[in-house]
Parts: sequence; structure tokens; C-alpha cells
Amino acid sequence: MSQTDFVRKLPDAQSEKPTNTFWQSIHIDPTLLALVLITLAFGLVVLYSASDGQFSFLKRQVMMAGAGLVAMIIVAQIPPSVMQRWVWLPYAGGLLLLVAVIFFGLEVNGAQRWLDLGPIAFQPSEILKLSLPLLLAAYLGKRHMPPRFKHVFMSLLMIALPAGLVVVQPDLGTSLLVAGSGLAVLFTAGLKWRYMLAALILVIISAPLMWQFGLHDYQRERIITMFNPEADRLGAGWNIIQSVTAIGSGGWSGKGWLLGTQSHLDFLPESHTDFIIAVLAEEFGFRGVCILLSLYLLIIGRGFWISYTAKSPFSRLASAAVVVTFFVYVSVNMAMVSGLLPVVGVPLPLVSYGGTSLISLFMMFGILMAISTEPGTLKS
Amino acid sequence: MREDSLFRDEQYESRLILGRLQILAFVVMVVLAMLALRYHYLQIEQFDRFVTQSDENRIHVRAVPPTRGLVFDRNGIVLAENRPSYTLTIVPENTDGLDQLLDKLANVVAISDIDLQRFQEQLETYRRPYEPVPFRYNLDEQEVARFAVQQFDLVGADIQVELIRHYPLGEYFAHVVGYVGRINDREQASIDLEAYAGSHVIGKTGIERQYETELLGVVGYEYVETDARGNVLRILERHHPIPGQNIHLNLDSELQIAIQDQLVGEQAAAVAIDTNNSGVLALVSTPSFDPNLFVSGISTREYSALLENPAKPLFNRALQGQYPPGSTVKPMFGLIALQEQSITPEFTLFDPGYYILEGQDRVSRDWKSQGHGTVDLTKAIVESCNVFYYELGHRTGIESLSDYGLRFGLGHKTGIDLPGEQSGVMPSPNWKRGARGVAWYPGDTINVGVGQGFLLVTPLQLAQTTAVIARKGSVIPPSLVSAIGDQPVLSIVSDQIEIAEEHWALVHGAMRDVVHTTHGTAQSINRGIDNYEIAGKTGTAQAISVAEDVDYDDLELEKHQRDHALFVAFAPADNPQFSVGVIVENGEHGGSMAAPIARVIFDKLLESYVPEPVKNGGANVPN
Repeated sequence: MSQTDFVRKLPDAQSEKPTNTFWQSIHIDPTLLALVLITLAFGLVVLYSASDGQFSFLKRQVMMAGAGLVAMIIVAQIPPSVMQRWVWLPYAGGLLLLVAVIFFGLEVNGAQRWLDLGPIAFQPSEILKLSLPLLLAAYLGKRHMPPRFKHVFMSLLMIALPAGLVVVQPDLGTSLLVAGSGLAVLFTAGLKWRYMLAALILVIISAPLMWQFGLHDYQRERIITMFNPEADRLGAGWNIIQSVTAIGSGGWSGKGWLLGTQSHLDFLPESHTDFIIAVLAEEFGFRGVCILLSLYLLIIGRGFWISYTAKSPFSRLASAAVVVTFFVYVSVNMAMVSGLLPVVGVPLPLVSYGGTSLISLFMMFGILMAISTEPGTLKS
Repeated sequence: MREDSLFRDEQYESRLILGRLQILAFVVMVVLAMLALRYHYLQIEQFDRFVTQSDENRIHVRAVPPTRGLVFDRNGIVLAENRPSYTLTIVPENTDGLDQLLDKLANVVAISDIDLQRFQEQLETYRRPYEPVPFRYNLDEQEVARFAVQQFDLVGADIQVELIRHYPLGEYFAHVVGYVGRINDREQASIDLEAYAGSHVIGKTGIERQYETELLGVVGYEYVETDARGNVLRILERHHPIPGQNIHLNLDSELQIAIQDQLVGEQAAAVAIDTNNSGVLALVSTPSFDPNLFVSGISTREYSALLENPAKPLFNRALQGQYPPGSTVKPMFGLIALQEQSITPEFTLFDPGYYILEGQDRVSRDWKSQGHGTVDLTKAIVESCNVFYYELGHRTGIESLSDYGLRFGLGHKTGIDLPGEQSGVMPSPNWKRGARGVAWYPGDTINVGVGQGFLLVTPLQLAQTTAVIARKGSVIPPSLVSAIGDQPVLSIVSDQIEIAEEHWALVHGAMRDVVHTTHGTAQSINRGIDNYEIAGKTGTAQAISVAEDVDYDDLELEKHQRDHALFVAFAPADNPQFSVGVIVENGEHGGSMAAPIARVIFDKLLESYVPEPVKNGGANVPN
């Protein structure tokens, strides 16, 4: 990070001293870009090992990262005010596709989450992960803060529509992530504490009912497994036992790159996708985990800085929502693989193999960059 | 922009959002710190535990079973060997669904209900995870080939080449060599599981059981690295197994086969002993069974057929059959009477065909109703006179008969190196009080004197006591094994019965006359022998009791009620090398049914015997 980045974005910077005009003119935040590329490179090293040295995975991941970079640059060129005006479009489109999934979706493992569009199949819920917080930022950014009851109600409706459509697929994990990113915007917009307290009480009261009637058997099983993986060593508990063993056996310095026995002898499931942190922890040890955590912390820190210095309420809320979403991915994934949370399908940002998540991540960074390079001073 | 936003307090809203951002940043820091702590806990604090767990995951200790020792006869002919056999095994942990796999396998190899049942039983009993469970034994070449083609679709199943026990001479040696079988639950509880890791079988009977420890060998181990599906990637370390020791027997398989072929269709037993060292040359019990049936688990149907067979093929008559010895005890009792001086060599009595004990009204009959006339000890043995022996028993007394009888080898186990031997009964007043709770009557002694009453012997004991007589009193326990590995097993003299030389000569002479004089009860077998003479004694034992006043000979009896035929002998008569004991159940007369078996045995053993001018010459024993 260069000194000038900080100087330029002091929160009360009323000075219109135009610095870094080159980066600003192409709407790229070099600090964020550097951090993302370093993390991505580290991720590729781990992915190469996790995929047993198969170049095809690496090649595909690099290609997807390239596509992601292009998408990021494109998104970064969109002025935040345009985003604010048009974000309802992807939101509405995403909702339509979610409805389409109910009727035309591919059924995989008993859940309809995928939409088959000829050559590519993707999950429409990905669109909502991004467009819902932006829509809320756009909606709340134009209104009084803290939001009034009517606006809170409208916001909850905007959250409930996609979350509800996703939960019937069924995909509880994604549904919670979508809802969480929306609620994060509400929180940032200054939601009154008494509303939050009321919501908390409501959740506590309804939790037993949800457990009994709201969850599928496999979802209950996953939660039970998290608390007692030994109960079903070769069944549902297998993944967690093996991933925790992989992490723990890495020690301080790890077993060495390509030398992880848990992953290379196939004990570790999904080692190149959701459970890739276990490969990293096994081969690079606690040292490696700390390095990755530091990189994530820097990215998140940079994100908060962008949000802190953003020029409009929409920009602040939108960038905060993006940062929180990124943070939730990191922490949910790392907690799940180390046995602190039930297994939900959340990839580890910039490290896990997977084109869809990589591209949407880069689009998130594009939004942050568009906001960070927005010209002008704070305005409402 | 909407109307109400005209009145927005931008300063306040900005502070509000920035405050919330600070709270979020704080939450992020706390959560990431917690994650770091979690990974620190797993990787630093619990490192030892997880590194062990991950090694246990990938490193498996695999037992390498030792090769079981072979069993040979005295001429190096293999009686028990190990043959490669293709076994289809399943690792249940590796299958994608056991039931589907079994369905698929049904199209590849023939599977019977018995296989399925046995497999289920093994799944339910003790086993190590990832240990292959045998499913089908003895695959033929076609099945192996079909499996190889389909293997990609049969995840979790594999074919293992295993050495399994095979008995090339089958039922000829089933009662001696015995057989191995799968370790059952009871054995599982008593064996050293470590020593049997990798072994599926254990000696169940015979030599296989007696010398289990020597035959088994010492299990080896290898540490192998496996992947999650249990596939072995490499061997990290190997401790070779030590093969079991080979067992060499005194048995002569040609003789054993010849005897058994002679006894086809009979329920009979015959034992031949080398009198020089009490090595057992043949031990036959008919009918027999195929021991190979038991090796990989006998089916219930086959097993119950063997159990329900009235001829009892599983019953080892030579060791476990207890029969009244009848007149075969006469030479031994004659020696005892002479040594105890209850009779002299010159003593005679007149045999009217019956015997009445002084002061009692009980009549004991001779088998020859008109009697043998004037009888001395030699004539009593040659013609098997019962009346003489009623008197002999009466004069000698049960105490002396019993004391000496025990030393000759009756009434207790001979000590042969086989499991399951029965001890027979050498009755005495003490025994009767203990076993029956009643006093000894003089009439009991009379019965014992002719080898009836409470007296019971096994065929092995017949051959053993005859060997003791042939050796003039030296007792050597019979033994089957001559060497374990290259370590010879030496026989030891455990007792020496002191009886005057002239008594031995008299009785040996009388036994020779049984075979080689015209009045001898076994004279029918002497034809055609030119290079040696046989000394023997016939016997007939009642299979059922008959009321005293019924003339036993007149009864028309069913086959299974007829008398047992017995014969004991040693040869050459003047230079004993071999002794035999033969019993043919329901064979009626020792002279006609049992003695010819002895002749076959001696002819075989003494084929190349050259009679020597001097007595006590060197042994002419094969090997």
C-alpha cells in the first residue's frame, strides 16, 4: 500500500486535490488489485497440489481468473450512480431465473439449484448474492437513516423474496448467505437497535419450531454431525474428521507442498473446492493459514477503507455490503472446514476451484473499485 | 431523489454509517481472531493427536501369514500340504453398497446360499476395518477370468491367491493327520490373536491340532501406506513371517493305505507299531471321511450327513473306541500269573466245558461246549481255553491283574501324541467302588480273566500292550512324530516290567503256536509265510450282554449285535520288530476276520526280512 492511497481518501477530505489520476482515470484501485492478485497466486499454488498436480484444473482456474479480471474492469467503469439506478434490473432478472429453476432446474443430489443454459450451467442464486445488497443499498441510500419502519419492512420483503425462493430449492446455506448480505446493508444503514433486539427474540422463539418443521433431514444431520462427528465416522462425519485431521497434522510448518497425505491419498473430500483450506493447512501449516488470513484481513481492511471514504450513502452501503459478503465467505468456509460450523457449500474466496464464484468475486472487487475511484466529494 | 431526503441531516447520517462501519470492522477482527485461534488450537496444541491420526489413516499394519508346516510320512510322502487357491474377498468399507455388489457378483461367479450365510456370519463376528472378508473359495479359472473382465465395476471386491491346506491322500489319513478348519468363536476366545493375525484356520483334530504351535509358524508384518479406499500404494517396512515347521511321522503311508483298503466296508480299527521305538506305523479307523471338506468350511448338509451316518465315520475307533478285549488279554494275564506264582508252567486243569466258582452256583461256560480236556497254560493260549483262565484269574486275584495290567498299558492313556485318546478301563475293587459304588465280587474277577466284564481297551492299547510283551516288559509310549523340522523326537522307556525270562519265552512260544500249529485259533493265516513267524492271539468280544442261562451260540443275531473280532500279534516271533492290534466290529471271530489283517500288515512290513540265526539281531526296519 502506498502512502498516497491513505492521503487521498481521508474521510473529511474536502480538498479536491486530484491525485493518482492515472489509476483513477481507468477506475482501478491498485492496492486492492495487488492484494487480490497475491491471494489468487497463493490460491493457485494450493490448488495445484489439491488437484494432484493436474494442469487442467490450474489452466481452467487461470482462464476464469482472466475472465474475472475483465469482468472486474468492466464493472469498475460503471459509475456508482448508474449502479444505483439500474441495480433493480439484475435483481428482478435473478428472481425470474429463480422461479424458472423451480420449473426447469436440473436436479442434483435431490436439490434443484442449477439452470441449464445450453453450454453452461449456473446457479441463479449467485446473481442475487450480488444484486440484493446493491438493491438495498440503492433503496436505503435514498432514504432517511436510520431507516424507518416502513423502509425496514420493504427491505425485509426484498430480502425475503430471493431467500425464500432459494430455500425451497432446497439450499438453506445459500439462502442464509443471501439474507445475511441483505441484513448487513440494513445494519450499516443504521437499523435501530430495538428492531434488532426484537428480531433476535423472534429468532430465539422460532428456532425450536424451525428445527422441528423447517429443516430437511439432511440439514438436521449436518448440524448434529458438526457437534459430534464421531457418531458416524464413515458417513456424514467423515468429511469433518478428515479435514480437521488434515489441518491438525499440518502443525506449525506443514508437511510441505504436494506432500499432504490426507489430500493426496484421497482421505480429504472436495479437496480442491470447498475443503481446500485443509490442503493449505496440511501442507503449509499454521504459518500458511496465518499468511492467508493476513491477506484476507488486508483485503477486508482495504474494503472498509473504501467504504469509509466513499462519496455517497449508496456507495458506502454498497461497498460495506460487498466487504461483509466477502468476509462471510471467508469466515463461514474456514469455520466449516475446521469443524466450527455445519457443512454448507461455501467456497473459499480466491482459492477454491470454481469459475462462477471466481467471476462473481471479481465483479465484487469491480464494484469496490468503481466506488473507490468515484470522482468528487461526499454527497448525498 | 425523493422529497423527504430534502430534510436529511447529512452530518448525522454520515456519523451513523461510519459508526456502523466501525462496529462491522470490530466484528471482523474478532471473528478472524477466533478463526486464527481455532487453527492454532488444531495445528499447534492438538498437533500430536492429529499427526498420529493422519498416520493411522494412511499407514496400516498388515499381517503376513506364515506358511503352515507340511506333514510327511516316514518315506517323505506328503500327507498335508498347502495349495494355492483363488479366494474372492470383499472389503465392505470400500464398496459403494454391499448388496448391489453381491448382486453384481452373482453374475460373475457361482454363489450358493452357504457362501452367503458364511459371509454374513463373518461380517458379524470380529474383524479389523479394511480387512478383506472371504466370500467365495476355490474359484475356478473361468470365474477368475470373468472377474478380471468385470473388475472395474466390482469396486470393493478382489481376488486373493491364498495357500489353503490340502490332504492329497484324503480319507486314508483323516483320523491321524486330522484337518484344519476356520477358527470358530470358542477358539477365537482362547488363541493369541496376534499369533493368528492373517491366519484363517487352526488345527482341529489329529496331528494338525496336536502340533498346532509347531505347524503354525510366526506371523510376519508389513507396514503399508494406503489411500482412502484401502488400496496399497507402497510397503514401508516388512517383517518376514517364519514358516511353520515340517512334521515327519513314523507312519508308513503304503501300509496305512493297504490296511484301509483291506477294511473297506467294515467298522474296524487297526494299529501297527514298530516295537523298537514304539513308533506308530499305521493307525487306521474305518469308515473314514475326506478331511479336505473341512478346510474351507464344511456345509451343514455334508456335515450332518457325516454325523448321522450310523457307521460314525468321524469317530476315531483306534483311539476312542473302547471294546472288551476278550481273549487277547490271555498272554498278558498268563505272564502275570506265572510271575505272581499263582500257577506254575507245569500247572494243568481239566476243562469239562464249564466252570463253577467254589461256593457259588454261577456257571461260566467255555466257548467250546464239550471242553478242551486237560489244559496247561500253553494250550490255554493256543486254543483260547476260557475255563483255564477262569481258574487263573481266580487264583491270581484282581489286585495283581489290575496292578500289572496298568503297567502293561491298560486303563490309562498310552500317551500317544494325538488329541482325544480314551483311557479304557482296567477294573479293580477300588475302581468299582468309585465308578459303580458297589463291592467287588469274585465273579467279576472271573470275567476279567477272559477279557470281559468291566475290562475295556482301545485298539491302540491292544497294539501297545502287545509291543510291551514283544519287548519283554519295556514300556515305551507310542509316538506318531519322528521329527519336528530337523529335530528328531526320541522315544523313551518309561517303565520296565520285571518278569522272569523263561515266562516270556513260554508265552511268546504259546503265541507263536496260536498261528503256527494246527490247533491254533489263528492257524488259518500261516499259509505261505516262509521268512518269518507270527506270534499272536485271537479274541472275541461280546457286543451285547446275554442272560447267563441262554446258550449264546444258538442266538441268531443281527449284524450289529454280533461279536467283535479281535487279534493282536507281533512278528517275527523270534525277533520281534512289529506289533499290531486289530478289531473288526461285529466280525464274530478274531481268527477269521481280524487275523488276516495282521497277516497283510506283516507281509508288507517284512517283505524283505531275512531271518537271522542269532536272536536279538539288528533291527530290520525301513529307515
